[in-house]
Amino acid sequence: MSALLDVKNLTLQFRTDEGLITAVEDVSFSLNKGEVMGLVGESGSGKSVTAKALMHLNARNAVYGPDSRITLHTEQGEVDVLSLRTPRDLKVVRGGAISMIFQEPMASFAPAITIGKQMVEQLQLHGDMSKAGAKEISVEMLDRVGISDASQRFDQYAFELSGGMRQRAMIAMALSTKPALLIADEPTTALDVTIQAQVIDLMKDLVDEFHMGIIFITHDLGVVAQTCDRVNVMYLGRLIEEGPVREVIRNPKHPYTQGLISALPKLDNLDQSLTAVPGDIPSPLERPPGCVFNTRCSQIVGAACTTIGPNEVDLGADHTVACHIYKEVAE
Amino acid sequence: MNGPLIRAENLSVGFPIGKGLFDKFVLKAVDDVTLHIDKGSFFGLVGESGSGKTTLGRALLKAVPITGGSAHYADGEVAYDLETIGKADLKDYRKRAQLIFQDPYAALSPRMTVRDIIAEPLEVMGLTRNRQETDERVRETAAKCRLNLEHLRRFPHAFSGGQRQRISIARALVSGPKLVVADESVAALDVSIQADVLNLLKELQRDLGITFMFISHDLSVVAHTCDHVAVMYLGRLVETAPTRQLFAAPRHPYTKALFSAIPSLDPDDRGRAQKLEGEIPSPMKQPSGCKFHTRCPYVIDRCKVEEPRLQSSAAEHNVACHRWEELLQNA
Repeated sequence: MSALLDVKNLTLQFRTDEGLITAVEDVSFSLNKGEVMGLVGESGSGKSVTAKALMHLNARNAVYGPDSRITLHTEQGEVDVLSLRTPRDLKVVRGGAISMIFQEPMASFAPAITIGKQMVEQLQLHGDMSKAGAKEISVEMLDRVGISDASQRFDQYAFELSGGMRQRAMIAMALSTKPALLIADEPTTALDVTIQAQVIDLMKDLVDEFHMGIIFITHDLGVVAQTCDRVNVMYLGRLIEEGPVREVIRNPKHPYTQGLISALPKLDNLDQSLTAVPGDIPSPLERPPGCVFNTRCSQIVGAACTTIGPNEVDLGADHTVACHIYKEVAE
Repeated sequence: MNGPLIRAENLSVGFPIGKGLFDKFVLKAVDDVTLHIDKGSFFGLVGESGSGKTTLGRALLKAVPITGGSAHYADGEVAYDLETIGKADLKDYRKRAQLIFQDPYAALSPRMTVRDIIAEPLEVMGLTRNRQETDERVRETAAKCRLNLEHLRRFPHAFSGGQRQRISIARALVSGPKLVVADESVAALDVSIQADVLNLLKELQRDLGITFMFISHDLSVVAHTCDHVAVMYLGRLVETAPTRQLFAAPRHPYTKALFSAIPSLDPDDRGRAQKLEGEIPSPMKQPSGCKFHTRCPYVIDRCKVEEPRLQSSAAEHNVACHRWEELLQNA
């Protein structure tokens, strides 16, 4: 497998009235072609901001760290995403090589323009294409994602479709430009379970067919287990655990990941009481010193936890964790 | 358990749609529902969006008009017929039946302190004689929901989602209700704190003997908290049973499909789900016969014309399906 994306030391802060707020701190990961990576964390963990950084989509007040690098390997060569400035250059990552699916499909489609027109518009923006050719591709894509009467749906507005259909149309639109990387930001969260199962199935088929890389942002570990090859767990802007999906879910190492998994209600053991991770995620304005998780951690090993940020520890089998517990074992 | 707190018989809620004299149409959001909720129990109501679960909850709170059938409330002190309840009695009923909303960010006024938010029901209903008494009640209730004095002085924006939901719970509890309808009360929370709120609700049920009607689309949450579950589809109850029995041996094809659509946490357990085609039909265009026949994998001609009645299949286990016995034998 060849590399598709390299993120190195990504640090992202926002300039606000209350000062600089750190949203993402020193995050590095890479993704291969055809690989599905889950990005997991609760609200405020920085997962969406990280994904938006890949498309250089964050607001104007975003400040990137000096050694932050995002490199995208496309067929035309390497693209240094963070150095792109003009809208024309940015087209490569916005809808060209990278597409994004959002959580709320109703909010992502323009309400007063037909779905078809929106699809044609973006195809023409990204490729040398006639209107008729773009329409043909759009209808084909709508059909491919399981929308019945695709040519009729093409002329409908977003409000005329049901929630599941809208999300399918969103996926069709995102894939019509044949992106190398698809970012799916909580694509199934707003859907009912039965529809979620359909959309997950569809996405699995599309990975096999189009062989693109996917970054799947979600807070639902069940969805991750069903779709992803690898998982990155984020907490308060930090990557705290990373590894193959089987490893991380069956053998979680970071106290936060462990807490997340034991907080999930499981159907095979109804007698097990639910244990919440104590406390709440701190506000980004009050980032705790040392390990960002120390305010909620039940396994503090010493003063290091509250003073020194833990480094990533390689646990073998491609599994890394940023926690002081494991550093001590390694030394 | 000592008898039912709520008894609904053939309860229907319809909303008239269309303005003209001839195009009047009644949308039946809740259709012919018969159920009872035992005192002190945790009653779960599940279904997809559009199934009418919220409307049913509101009807039992007398927050929407009941258009057919009857609903009775009896807590040992008073007994009300919710359909014909008078103004004075309704005032008393509001004290006894309360609601917790889904979104703790939208449900709390940003301009009121937490103390004022919790005290408001007391003041509106005139339940306390003076400020001192109000303060005492507020403090007492807040303590039950693990909020301290310091919290009471602040405004909602200073709190995280989990804490806000505890404030909403305190507000619902302050009037000393016997019945609390919790409508998707943990759906907006992160998994790591969701367990905390669920445990709090269970504690309140145990310690204060409050009866909960817990409306949710998340089956694993329902499995872990509820004693009894009712499954709704397009305004109708399709199956009701004690939680364990329902999860061990679901009888209705819709319930089975719902269960298998839950993404499994086991990465090796992929694609096993029994997929349900299509989506829940619009309540404006309800199918004839069994409402589920358009999506049911076991549909026969009879299902398309004759609507199945909720019938007893085992002790307290009711199912509305023509073929449940047959399917049970073939399983």
